[in-house]
Amino acid sequence: MHPQRKRRLYGVLFIVIGVGIATALTMTAFRENLLFFFSPSQIAAGEAPVERTFRAGGLVVEDSVRREQDSTEVSFELTDGAHSVRVFYDGILPDLFREGQGIVAMGQLGQDGVFRASQVLAKHDENYMPPEVAEALKAAGKMPQHEMKQYQTDGYSRENDSDYESGYRQ
Amino acid sequence: MIPELGNLALALALAVAVVLSVVPLAGALRGNHAWMAVAHPASVVMLLLLMLAYACLSWAFVAHDFSVLYVAGNSHTELPLVYRLTAVWGGHEGSLLLWLVMLGGWTVAVSVFSRALPEVFTARVLAVLGMVSLGFIAFTLFTSNPFERLFPAPMQGTDLNPLLQDPGMIIHPPLLYMGYVGFAVAYALAVAALIGGRLDSAWARWSRPWTTAAWLFLTAGIALGSWWAYYELGWGGWWFWDPVENASFLPWLVGTALIHSLAVTEKRGAFKIWTVLLAISAFALSLLGTFLVRSGVLTSVHAFATDPERGAFLLGFFVIAVGAPLLLYAWRAPRVRSVVSFELFSRETLMLANNVFLVTAAATVMLGTLYPLIMDALGQGRISVGPPYFEAVFVPLMLPLLLLVGLGPWVAWKRADAAALARRLWLTFGVAVALCAILLLWLWGQAGLLVFVGLFMALWIVLSSAQGVFERLRRHGGLAGLRRIPAGFFGMHLAHVGVAVLVVGVTVVSAFEIERHVRMAPGDTLEVAGYEFRFGGVREVAGPNFDAIEGVLRVERNGRYVTTLTPQKRYYRVQREPMTQASRHPRPWRDLFTALGEPLGDGAWTVRIHFKPMVHWIWGGAGLMVLGGLLAISDRRYRARRRDDRAIEGKSA
Repeated sequence: MHPQRKRRLYGVLFIVIGVGIATALTMTAFRENLLFFFSPSQIAAGEAPVERTFRAGGLVVEDSVRREQDSTEVSFELTDGAHSVRVFYDGILPDLFREGQGIVAMGQLGQDGVFRASQVLAKHDENYMPPEVAEALKAAGKMPQHEMKQYQTDGYSRENDSDYESGYRQ
Repeated sequence: MIPELGNLALALALAVAVVLSVVPLAGALRGNHAWMAVAHPASVVMLLLLMLAYACLSWAFVAHDFSVLYVAGNSHTELPLVYRLTAVWGGHEGSLLLWLVMLGGWTVAVSVFSRALPEVFTARVLAVLGMVSLGFIAFTLFTSNPFERLFPAPMQGTDLNPLLQDPGMIIHPPLLYMGYVGFAVAYALAVAALIGGRLDSAWARWSRPWTTAAWLFLTAGIALGSWWAYYELGWGGWWFWDPVENASFLPWLVGTALIHSLAVTEKRGAFKIWTVLLAISAFALSLLGTFLVRSGVLTSVHAFATDPERGAFLLGFFVIAVGAPLLLYAWRAPRVRSVVSFELFSRETLMLANNVFLVTAAATVMLGTLYPLIMDALGQGRISVGPPYFEAVFVPLMLPLLLLVGLGPWVAWKRADAAALARRLWLTFGVAVALCAILLLWLWGQAGLLVFVGLFMALWIVLSSAQGVFERLRRHGGLAGLRRIPAGFFGMHLAHVGVAVLVVGVTVVSAFEIERHVRMAPGDTLEVAGYEFRFGGVREVAGPNFDAIEGVLRVERNGRYVTTLTPQKRYYRVQREPMTQASRHPRPWRDLFTALGEPLGDGAWTVRIHFKPMVHWIWGGAGLMVLGGLLAISDRRYRARRRDDRAIEGKSA
């Protein structure tokens, strides 16, 4: 083979192999880290996977927040109006976590049917409702009227860097 | 009246932008010098008009003119003056105006610093910049007008988001925008070169300082955003792979690839087509970044359903901005093909590898950022991509690149002698391995393999750069030769060392940080990494537009007083939002980070205490990269050679 062509062949091979490895790595990592969203109704219907991380969202039920006296463990009920699910979380909740507020929790559903969150997100606007939660409420037919309006007009109202605030577990 | 004046100024700027995009281009086509010369005054007038519009909006903020919708939505009478001035870019409309002022500024800078360039080329570059301005002014004026009135005017505004009331937030967006907008210059240079059908090394040389300038602003902007998130968001993270961050990281990765590719195009005349594509991509990704963050599409893709005008406009602009140069390229392609040969082991090959890694990294980040948006738009359900994806893909792509960072500057263009290179570098490589081995023994069992790989890469880059600088100095007769070595050489090594410093920070903080969330009653103590934190309860304090509860944490180490930290929980009176204000004790080797959680009754609170070793090295490294970029731009070479080009141009014409 002509040396010039041989070099070019090596070059092309090098790129093809590199891109191939990168693609394989990417797709594996991608598949493993896709986080799906499930509403409390979907969880109640058994649609959510067990012991696999996903995101759940809804409104925090009034008077459902329970705190351990001597640790940072918290639990609360999350509802979409039709069904609710109890969420356990060990750590510091975001500033805007409040009863009645729409939040998104990331975590796993145990065999015992309890959702253990590793992260709780609340958006930095007290009128704001996470879009997933708004959709879940709409699907359950429980969207509060004023929230509905808010959701529709929220598009451009406040777009700021890092709107989410979160709490991480150890 | 003042807001109307601003609106008028914006409308006039639109008219000037039309002139700027058409007349010089027509002049270049017909060889009319007077028409081409219009570009210079037109750029200046456009900038002045945009600045006037910006000043008018600022005035509305200062004077509390709540009859302006944008002011009412982002200000308040109690908001301090400095935040009223920065609130101008706190929202979508105002930040577009800032974008425009900067674009005008870059355009004038090109007009001023390109006097030595061929007349035709300058006319084309300025015309392309004029077209970009035209698109954005029209977008601002017709779909996102910051001067829109609100009737009846409210008595009070709804205040600026408390998160944005912070010194870091004052300079972060402008720096980021300077970077985004700066890539418009590299883009305009590439498009102008395509129009002329001349993608030569002179074009690459003109592009280099501009690209580096945009890149250093972007680097500073991203670093500052990360720093701001670290201390302001109150949860001690410095990078979250959040779509907003990714949006600024994408043009950075491609811009970094562009800087290296431009070097090859200038020195060897190779990779021309690739370089043009990178210049177009860097600007396209900057547009995408602005668009993603400011359009509301991240909050919900359905935001577009409520305001399809903006979406359609931006999409159209994007298609034209990317599509037109590609068509132009297809037309010009036969004329710009490069025939340059190089050996497998050469600087060219390593630069190609650098580009492959950086562009692949950008592609993977883009996939993780855009995929959820696309799925949502297609009605395929809500999906998000977690940070583990980005880490799993990004780290393996960056490690080989880091090895190349230390190797690349040593490898000769066209053909390198591997054996000779090995003889020169084996000692440096060996020292890096030995130092890493010592670290391995010292930290045995405390850290994973990846930590040592990371630290090895950093050591390798620093040692190899040090050797490079040392040998070059010795060849030029020691420190006396300092002036004879181009600044770009030092700039490159400084930026590379910056990468190493950043890698050290990232590696160490990821491996050795300690984060504790605990319940603390007054008098309780907690020991973290040898520091004893004693909680002294909370007290109330008041700020200009907020009330706060402040925790008092006394920190001791080995019985000796270190500091007293006072993390706050703030309640902004107008927006009625609580916000966590962290309190830190920063030192070069570590940062003590504390934040208040929630009250638990009986004076007890949940408290967040973090020990972050070497976390500041992350931003320090970014700072060195910026300094390296500054040194590179200051290189005399760029100015000196321009005159030569002109001379050559004159002869051939």
